[in-house]
Amino acid sequence: MSAVLFFIAAAGVLAGAVGVVVLRDPFYCVLALVGHLLSLAVLFLLLRAEFVAAVQVLVYAGAVMVLYVFVVAYVGGEGDRSEIGQLGERLGGAGPVASGLRLGGAVLGGALLVELLIALLGTGLEAIGKKGAPYSPGPHAFGTPAYVGELLLTRFLVVFEVTSFLLLVAAVGAVVLARRRRGLGGQDERDVLTPLDLLRPRDTGTMAEGVGKHS
Amino acid sequence: MTIAWYLALSAIVFVLGAVGVITRRNPLVILLCLELMLNGGNLALIAFSRHFANGAGQIFGLAVMAVAASEVCVGLGLVVAINRRSLPLDVDRLSELRG
Repeated sequence: MSAVLFFIAAAGVLAGAVGVVVLRDPFYCVLALVGHLLSLAVLFLLLRAEFVAAVQVLVYAGAVMVLYVFVVAYVGGEGDRSEIGQLGERLGGAGPVASGLRLGGAVLGGALLVELLIALLGTGLEAIGKKGAPYSPGPHAFGTPAYVGELLLTRFLVVFEVTSFLLLVAAVGAVVLARRRRGLGGQDERDVLTPLDLLRPRDTGTMAEGVGKHS
Repeated sequence: MTIAWYLALSAIVFVLGAVGVITRRNPLVILLCLELMLNGGNLALIAFSRHFANGAGQIFGLAVMAVAASEVCVGLGLVVAINRRSLPLDVDRLSELRG
Protein backbone atom coordinates (compact mmCIF):
# COMPACT_ATOMS: atom_id res chain seq x y z
CA MET A 1 0.00 0.00 0.00
CA SER A 2 2.70 2.48 0.93
CA ALA A 3 4.63 1.51 -2.19
CA VAL A 4 1.64 2.29 -4.39
CA LEU A 5 1.15 5.60 -2.63
CA PHE A 6 4.84 6.39 -2.98
CA PHE A 7 4.84 5.86 -6.72
CA ILE A 8 1.66 7.91 -7.22
CA ALA A 9 3.07 10.78 -5.16
CA ALA A 10 6.47 10.49 -6.83
CA ALA A 11 4.82 10.76 -10.23
CA GLY A 12 3.08 13.92 -9.02
CA VAL A 13 6.35 15.34 -7.69
CA LEU A 14 8.19 14.67 -10.93
CA ALA A 15 5.36 15.96 -13.10
CA GLY A 16 5.19 19.16 -11.08
CA ALA A 17 8.96 19.67 -11.26
CA VAL A 18 9.07 19.07 -15.00
CA GLY A 19 6.12 21.43 -15.41
CA VAL A 20 7.93 24.20 -13.55
CA VAL A 21 11.01 23.83 -15.72
CA VAL A 22 9.27 23.38 -19.07
CA LEU A 23 6.07 25.44 -19.09
CA ARG A 24 6.27 28.82 -20.75
CA ASP A 25 3.71 30.86 -18.86
CA PRO A 26 4.93 31.73 -15.32
CA PHE A 27 1.39 31.38 -14.03
CA TYR A 28 1.25 27.74 -15.12
CA CYS A 29 4.70 27.27 -13.59
CA VAL A 30 3.30 28.43 -10.24
CA LEU A 31 0.35 26.06 -10.56
CA ALA A 32 2.71 23.19 -11.38
CA LEU A 33 4.75 24.03 -8.30
CA VAL A 34 1.60 23.91 -6.17
CA GLY A 35 0.91 20.39 -7.44
CA HIS A 36 4.54 19.49 -6.78
CA LEU A 37 4.32 20.74 -3.20
CA LEU A 38 1.08 18.88 -2.49
CA SER A 39 2.56 15.63 -3.78
CA LEU A 40 5.65 16.27 -1.69
CA ALA A 41 3.43 16.63 1.37
CA VAL A 42 2.09 13.14 0.68
CA LEU A 43 5.67 11.87 0.63
CA PHE A 44 6.35 13.61 3.94
CA LEU A 45 3.34 11.86 5.42
CA LEU A 46 4.73 8.56 4.20
CA LEU A 47 8.00 9.45 5.94
CA ARG A 48 6.24 9.95 9.29
CA ALA A 49 6.69 13.71 9.21
CA GLU A 50 3.13 14.74 9.88
CA PHE A 51 3.82 18.20 11.22
CA VAL A 52 6.20 19.03 8.39
CA ALA A 53 3.61 17.86 5.87
CA ALA A 54 0.96 20.08 7.43
CA VAL A 55 3.33 23.05 7.42
CA GLN A 56 4.20 22.30 3.81
CA VAL A 57 0.56 22.44 2.75
CA LEU A 58 -0.48 25.40 4.88
CA VAL A 59 2.52 27.68 4.67
CA TYR A 60 4.25 26.66 1.48
CA ALA A 61 1.49 25.63 -0.89
CA GLY A 62 -0.85 28.10 0.74
CA ALA A 63 0.76 31.37 1.74
CA VAL A 64 3.94 31.45 -0.33
CA MET A 65 2.20 30.35 -3.51
CA VAL A 66 -0.50 33.00 -3.01
CA LEU A 67 2.32 35.54 -2.88
CA TYR A 68 3.67 34.13 -6.13
CA VAL A 69 0.28 34.27 -7.82
CA PHE A 70 -0.19 37.87 -6.79
CA VAL A 71 3.23 38.90 -8.08
CA VAL A 72 2.72 37.03 -11.36
CA ALA A 73 -0.62 38.77 -11.79
CA TYR A 74 0.95 42.12 -10.94
CA VAL A 75 4.00 41.78 -13.13
CA GLY A 76 2.27 40.00 -15.99
CA GLY A 77 3.84 36.84 -17.27
CA GLU A 78 5.47 38.12 -20.39
CA GLY A 79 9.07 37.35 -19.64
CA ASP A 80 9.44 34.25 -21.77
CA ARG A 81 7.35 35.35 -24.68
CA SER A 82 10.21 35.06 -27.15
CA GLU A 83 10.82 31.45 -26.23
CA ILE A 84 9.17 28.55 -27.91
CA GLY A 85 6.90 26.69 -25.59
CA GLN A 86 6.99 23.21 -27.04
CA LEU A 87 9.03 20.69 -25.13
CA GLY A 88 10.77 19.33 -28.19
CA GLU A 89 11.63 22.73 -29.59
CA ARG A 90 12.94 24.18 -26.36
CA LEU A 91 16.25 22.45 -26.76
CA GLY A 92 16.45 23.96 -30.23
CA GLY A 93 15.74 27.38 -28.83
CA ALA A 94 15.99 30.71 -30.54
CA GLY A 95 19.42 31.31 -31.97
CA PRO A 96 22.65 29.39 -31.59
CA VAL A 97 23.66 30.95 -28.28
CA ALA A 98 20.41 30.02 -26.56
CA SER A 99 20.50 26.46 -27.88
CA GLY A 100 24.10 26.13 -26.74
CA LEU A 101 23.10 27.32 -23.28
CA ARG A 102 20.24 24.84 -23.10
CA LEU A 103 22.41 21.98 -24.30
CA GLY A 104 25.01 22.96 -21.72
CA GLY A 105 22.30 23.06 -19.07
CA ALA A 106 21.09 19.60 -19.99
CA VAL A 107 24.62 18.17 -20.01
CA LEU A 108 25.44 19.79 -16.69
CA GLY A 109 22.18 18.54 -15.21
CA GLY A 110 22.89 14.98 -16.33
CA ALA A 111 26.39 15.11 -14.87
CA LEU A 112 25.02 16.52 -11.60
CA LEU A 113 22.37 13.80 -11.45
CA VAL A 114 24.93 11.04 -11.89
CA GLU A 115 27.15 12.58 -9.24
CA LEU A 116 24.29 13.01 -6.79
CA LEU A 117 23.05 9.47 -7.30
CA ILE A 118 26.55 8.12 -6.74
CA ALA A 119 26.94 10.24 -3.62
CA LEU A 120 23.56 9.32 -2.18
CA LEU A 121 23.15 5.70 -3.18
CA GLY A 122 26.54 4.39 -4.16
CA THR A 123 28.47 5.12 -1.01
CA GLY A 124 28.82 2.87 1.93
CA LEU A 125 25.70 3.81 3.82
CA GLU A 126 25.15 0.39 5.24
CA ALA A 127 21.58 0.55 6.41
CA ILE A 128 20.21 2.45 3.46
CA GLY A 129 17.99 -0.45 2.53
CA LYS A 130 16.20 -0.50 5.85
CA LYS A 131 12.80 0.95 6.48
CA GLY A 132 13.66 3.34 9.27
CA ALA A 133 11.60 4.36 12.25
CA PRO A 134 8.61 2.12 12.91
CA TYR A 135 5.13 3.53 13.14
CA SER A 136 3.93 3.72 16.70
CA PRO A 137 0.70 5.64 17.27
CA GLY A 138 0.46 7.89 20.25
CA PRO A 139 0.52 11.56 21.23
CA HIS A 140 4.31 11.77 21.39
CA ALA A 141 5.17 9.52 18.45
CA PHE A 142 7.84 10.40 15.92
CA GLY A 143 6.89 13.36 13.76
CA THR A 144 3.73 14.47 15.51
CA PRO A 145 3.27 18.15 16.43
CA ALA A 146 3.96 17.36 20.10
CA TYR A 147 7.25 15.69 19.20
CA VAL A 148 8.39 18.48 16.89
CA GLY A 149 7.26 21.18 19.30
CA GLU A 150 9.15 19.63 22.16
CA LEU A 151 12.29 19.46 20.05
CA LEU A 152 11.85 23.03 18.85
CA LEU A 153 11.50 24.45 22.33
CA THR A 154 14.19 22.42 24.04
CA ARG A 155 17.04 21.17 21.93
CA PHE A 156 16.65 23.50 18.95
CA LEU A 157 15.56 26.68 20.70
CA VAL A 158 18.35 28.72 19.13
CA VAL A 159 17.35 27.55 15.66
CA PHE A 160 13.78 28.55 16.40
CA GLU A 161 14.70 32.05 17.54
CA VAL A 162 17.17 32.66 14.73
CA THR A 163 14.55 31.55 12.20
CA SER A 164 12.02 33.99 13.58
CA PHE A 165 14.58 36.78 13.36
CA LEU A 166 15.40 35.78 9.77
CA LEU A 167 11.74 36.00 8.83
CA LEU A 168 11.51 39.47 10.39
CA VAL A 169 14.57 40.64 8.45
CA ALA A 170 13.15 39.22 5.22
CA ALA A 171 9.81 40.96 5.71
CA VAL A 172 11.47 44.32 6.35
CA GLY A 173 13.75 43.77 3.36
CA ALA A 174 10.84 43.01 1.07
CA VAL A 175 9.06 46.18 2.16
CA VAL A 176 12.20 48.23 1.54
CA LEU A 177 12.78 46.64 -1.88
CA ALA A 178 9.23 46.89 -3.16
CA ARG A 179 8.28 50.27 -1.72
CA ARG A 180 7.23 53.10 -3.96
CA ARG A 181 10.09 55.50 -4.34
CA ARG A 182 9.40 59.19 -4.27
CA GLY A 183 11.29 61.98 -5.91
CA LEU A 184 10.24 61.74 -9.55
CA GLY A 185 6.92 63.54 -9.30
CA GLY A 186 7.85 66.43 -7.10
CA GLN A 187 4.33 67.53 -6.32
CA ASP A 188 4.13 65.61 -3.08
CA GLU A 189 7.47 66.66 -1.69
CA ARG A 190 7.35 67.14 2.03
CA ASP A 191 8.85 70.30 3.48
CA VAL A 192 7.92 69.84 7.11
CA LEU A 193 10.89 68.92 9.23
CA THR A 194 10.16 66.42 11.95
CA PRO A 195 12.43 65.44 14.81
CA LEU A 196 12.95 62.06 13.18
CA ASP A 197 14.82 63.70 10.30
CA LEU A 198 17.67 64.52 12.65
CA LEU A 199 18.05 60.85 13.46
CA ARG A 200 17.84 59.43 9.94
CA PRO A 201 17.89 60.82 6.41
CA ARG A 202 14.70 61.11 4.39
CA ASP A 203 13.43 58.36 2.11
CA THR A 204 15.53 55.65 3.60
CA GLY A 205 12.75 53.14 3.61
CA THR A 206 10.62 53.27 6.67
CA MET A 207 7.51 51.15 6.84
CA ALA A 208 5.34 54.30 6.56
CA GLU A 209 7.10 55.31 3.35
CA GLY A 210 6.69 51.80 2.08
CA VAL A 211 2.92 52.12 2.07
CA GLY A 212 3.05 55.59 0.57
CA LYS A 213 2.72 57.76 3.65
CA HIS A 214 5.24 60.21 4.86
CA SER A 215 6.58 60.03 8.33
CA MET B 1 9.61 1.39 0.68
CA THR B 2 13.28 1.70 1.41
CA ILE B 3 14.89 5.05 1.89
CA ALA B 4 16.90 4.79 -1.32
CA TRP B 5 13.82 5.52 -3.44
CA TYR B 6 13.25 8.78 -1.61
CA LEU B 7 16.89 9.76 -2.01
CA ALA B 8 16.82 9.05 -5.74
CA LEU B 9 13.65 11.12 -6.09
CA SER B 10 15.18 14.00 -4.15
CA ALA B 11 18.26 13.92 -6.39
CA ILE B 12 16.10 14.02 -9.51
CA VAL B 13 14.05 16.94 -8.19
CA PHE B 14 17.21 18.82 -7.25
CA VAL B 15 18.69 18.31 -10.71
CA LEU B 16 15.48 19.41 -12.41
CA GLY B 17 15.57 22.60 -10.38
CA ALA B 18 19.22 23.17 -11.25
CA VAL B 19 18.53 22.72 -14.96
CA GLY B 20 15.66 25.18 -14.66
CA VAL B 21 17.86 27.75 -12.93
CA ILE B 22 20.42 27.42 -15.70
CA THR B 23 18.08 27.49 -18.68
CA ARG B 24 15.18 29.76 -17.74
CA ARG B 25 15.47 33.52 -18.10
CA ASN B 26 12.47 34.92 -16.26
CA PRO B 27 13.53 35.74 -12.68
CA LEU B 28 10.15 34.61 -11.39
CA VAL B 29 10.63 31.16 -12.88
CA ILE B 30 14.21 31.08 -11.63
CA LEU B 31 12.86 31.63 -8.11
CA LEU B 32 10.41 28.78 -8.65
CA CYS B 33 13.24 26.50 -9.76
CA LEU B 34 15.22 27.51 -6.66
CA GLU B 35 12.21 26.32 -4.68
CA LEU B 36 12.48 23.01 -6.49
CA MET B 37 16.13 22.67 -5.46
CA LEU B 38 15.31 23.48 -1.85
CA ASN B 39 12.49 20.94 -1.91
CA GLY B 40 14.84 18.27 -3.19
CA GLY B 41 17.16 18.94 -0.28
CA ASN B 42 14.20 18.98 2.09
CA LEU B 43 13.00 15.58 0.92
CA ALA B 44 16.45 14.09 1.50
CA LEU B 45 16.60 15.63 4.98
CA ILE B 46 13.25 14.21 6.01
CA ALA B 47 14.04 10.83 4.49
CA PHE B 48 17.22 10.66 6.54
CA SER B 49 15.29 11.82 9.59
CA ARG B 50 12.94 8.86 9.18
CA HIS B 51 15.85 6.58 8.48
CA PHE B 52 17.73 7.36 11.66
CA ALA B 53 14.54 7.93 13.72
CA ASN B 54 15.98 11.30 14.70
CA GLY B 55 13.88 14.44 14.81
CA ALA B 56 16.73 16.80 13.96
CA GLY B 57 16.16 16.29 10.26
CA GLN B 58 12.58 17.44 10.56
CA ILE B 59 13.60 20.57 12.45
CA PHE B 60 16.18 21.22 9.75
CA GLY B 61 13.46 20.78 7.14
CA LEU B 62 11.31 23.37 8.87
CA ALA B 63 14.28 25.75 8.96
CA VAL B 64 14.80 25.19 5.22
CA MET B 65 11.15 26.10 4.66
CA ALA B 66 11.64 29.33 6.60
CA VAL B 67 14.73 30.15 4.54
CA ALA B 68 12.79 29.45 1.35
CA ALA B 69 9.98 31.74 2.48
CA SER B 70 12.48 34.53 3.22
CA GLU B 71 14.12 34.03 -0.15
CA VAL B 72 10.74 34.22 -1.90
CA CYS B 73 9.89 37.36 0.04
CA VAL B 74 13.05 39.21 -0.92
CA GLY B 75 13.15 37.80 -4.45
CA LEU B 76 9.60 38.83 -5.22
CA GLY B 77 10.38 42.26 -3.77
CA LEU B 78 13.24 42.49 -6.26
CA VAL B 79 10.96 41.40 -9.11
CA VAL B 80 8.40 44.04 -8.17
CA ALA B 81 11.16 46.68 -7.99
CA ILE B 82 12.47 45.62 -11.43
CA ASN B 83 8.99 45.78 -12.86
CA ARG B 84 8.32 49.16 -11.30
CA ARG B 85 11.37 50.65 -12.97
CA SER B 86 10.06 49.10 -16.22
CA LEU B 87 13.20 47.10 -16.79
CA PRO B 88 12.91 43.86 -18.78
CA LEU B 89 12.13 40.75 -16.76
CA ASP B 90 14.99 38.83 -18.32
CA VAL B 91 18.13 37.94 -16.43
CA ASP B 92 20.16 37.95 -19.64
CA ARG B 93 19.28 41.55 -20.34
CA LEU B 94 19.71 42.74 -16.76
CA SER B 95 23.45 42.96 -17.16
CA GLU B 96 24.32 46.47 -16.04
CA LEU B 97 26.68 45.21 -13.37
CA ARG B 98 28.75 43.15 -15.79
CA GLY B 99 31.84 45.41 -15.77
